[in-house]
Amino acid sequence: MSTAPLTDKRPSTLRGASLPKWSPWAIAAGSVALAVGIGLAAALDSKVQWGLIAALLFVFGTYGIAARVEGRRQAKDRVATSLVWVCFIVAVVPLASLIWETVKRGVKAFDLYFLSHSMGVVADNEPGGGIYHALLGTLEQVGIATLISVPIGVLTAIYLVEYGRGKLARAVTFFVDVMTGVPSIVAGLFILSFWILILDMGYSGFAGALALSILMMPVVVRSTEEMLKLVPNELREASLALGVPKWRTIIKVVLPTSIGGITTGVMLAVARITGETAPVLLLVWGTNFINNNPFSGPQASLPLYIYRQYSAGTEVAYDRAWAAALALIAFVMILNLAARGIARWKAPKTGR
Amino acid sequence: MAKRIDVSGLTAYYGAHRAIEDISMTVEPRSVTAFIGPSGCGKSTFLRTLNRMHEVTPGGRVEGKVLLDDEDLYGTGVDPVAVRRTIGMVFQRPNPFPTMSIFDNVAAGLRLNGSYKKSELNDVVEKSLKGANLWNEVKDRLNKPGSGLSGGQQQRLCIARAIAVEPQVLLMDEPCSALDPISTLAIEDLIGELKERFTIVIVTHNMQQAARVSDRTAFFNLSAVGQPGRLIEIDDTERIFSNPSVQATEDYISGRFG
Ligand SMILES: Nc1ncnc2c1ncn2[C@@H]1O[C@H](COP(=O)(O)OP(=O)(O)OP(=O)(O)O)[C@@H](O)[C@H]1O
Ligand SMILES: [Mg+2]
Repeated sequence: MSTAPLTDKRPSTLRGASLPKWSPWAIAAGSVALAVGIGLAAALDSKVQWGLIAALLFVFGTYGIAARVEGRRQAKDRVATSLVWVCFIVAVVPLASLIWETVKRGVKAFDLYFLSHSMGVVADNEPGGGIYHALLGTLEQVGIATLISVPIGVLTAIYLVEYGRGKLARAVTFFVDVMTGVPSIVAGLFILSFWILILDMGYSGFAGALALSILMMPVVVRSTEEMLKLVPNELREASLALGVPKWRTIIKVVLPTSIGGITTGVMLAVARITGETAPVLLLVWGTNFINNNPFSGPQASLPLYIYRQYSAGTEVAYDRAWAAALALIAFVMILNLAARGIARWKAPKTGR
Repeated sequence: MAKRIDVSGLTAYYGAHRAIEDISMTVEPRSVTAFIGPSGCGKSTFLRTLNRMHEVTPGGRVEGKVLLDDEDLYGTGVDPVAVRRTIGMVFQRPNPFPTMSIFDNVAAGLRLNGSYKKSELNDVVEKSLKGANLWNEVKDRLNKPGSGLSGGQQQRLCIARAIAVEPQVLLMDEPCSALDPISTLAIEDLIGELKERFTIVIVTHNMQQAARVSDRTAFFNLSAVGQPGRLIEIDDTERIFSNPSVQATEDYISGRFG
């Protein structure tokens, strides 16, 4: 480090000494090696501690080396960059290990039979059985919740962005904010007391869907609102100036321009409620049998299935729980990919 | 088809802020009227009051009268949508609809209004694009997105879109300010052709442009920053540029302003 060239030896004021392109990698490798050394020497048995030490070494090492060679401004710049990288890795490591773990344990029981059979005649400690009834329940409940909350959510967002002024709009915004913070168990209890206890309707997939739509609606409103705000005002004015009424302007110009983003938002909201367990536990009750009808009788759902299999506590049930978790992750992943596809397909076109 | 506009005692507000005050003028049919004046004096605001686009801005409010061939645009029961169908507008920045093809952009006015015959649509689009001097450049790629055109082409596309609904008056807010000299010339030529059919009002910061394209010129000014803009004078373009009756106009035109 001490042999690094000094800036003031350079004749040009525009060019300073700079670290080679590979230096971040070298510093990263060095700090990992050093951290392993420290970890072994101090006999730290938690790998998390090793990682933290490596991250700290990386950030401070970057600053120290860059400050000596390149100067303080570049050093700060590099520290910011390395912090971003550290945060990225901190965020990705749990995610990657979660997926890795789920896939590793899930594949054991995951096959076509598993996807196409229910638990109807299978005891907890017997092998076999599947998630067909749970998959069906999840699809129906999430589908109904989406059908309820997307129109309401999108219309609310349109009201807020295009028409909303004054007290009513502020009140709606406030309640949407409050709804965003409602814990899922509270949404479940609300529907439980209202739908099942007061109206005496009985457990059903539909009751679960109602609670899920309470959770989904604010997310849809928020994301749609943001997307509508991104539509430039000039487009609205161009349309209005052509003598197009406001409602047609919204339907034909504003919505098509933002449809990609709105779809993405809806898909993310769907992904969020797909994994909800609490309201389903309270309202759908769960069953081991196939129930096609979401409007009457208990249904199953994937999160609930995972919960039940896991609490059953036998080896085969554990395998089933992991396989169902894998199915759930795959389901959400497919939704996300579909959302990206739609967003790209519907994005305003550029180019010749 | 072209109609005369009579403005009397027009004052426009943004919320509590009075942007323009007590403007009266007549815009002759089948002619080009240019608005000139320093930035912030309310030219755009005034232009937008002429087709009721001003009230689209939150807090936008208008007092006074705008007569279109004896009918008050701000009279009770007047539908702003109908007003905008009669008085079209071209904006400073080209703003084609990004989700639509070139064809759909031009057809947008008719389609979105729902009042068209399918068989006519092709003719209208072709006629409008020819009217906007764009037909030859885009006739082979009508189904490509409008945002893939150059800035000048986009602006002419917007002009084609505006004239496709056959308005009687065309308002243009600095239509050439984002364009190169050649596109500017193309649009100026176009304005010369369009005035055979439409009444045209154009805002411009370019004195030569005003002198080249307009028959009459209106000079706006504001007495101080924060004060509302006013109409100083309106006269034949030749007189305004050779022998204006107000000293402030001469100062502005000859660059001795401020
Ligand atoms: N959306 C708005 N909200 C509030 N005030 C506005 C708004 N638009 C314009 N104004 C104000 O109205 C006055 C007139 O603005 P206007 O845009 O009409 O000026 P202009 O003559 O067109 O200027 P330029 O030549 O720069 O385009 C200015 O004082 C401006 O600050
Ligand atoms: Mg302006």
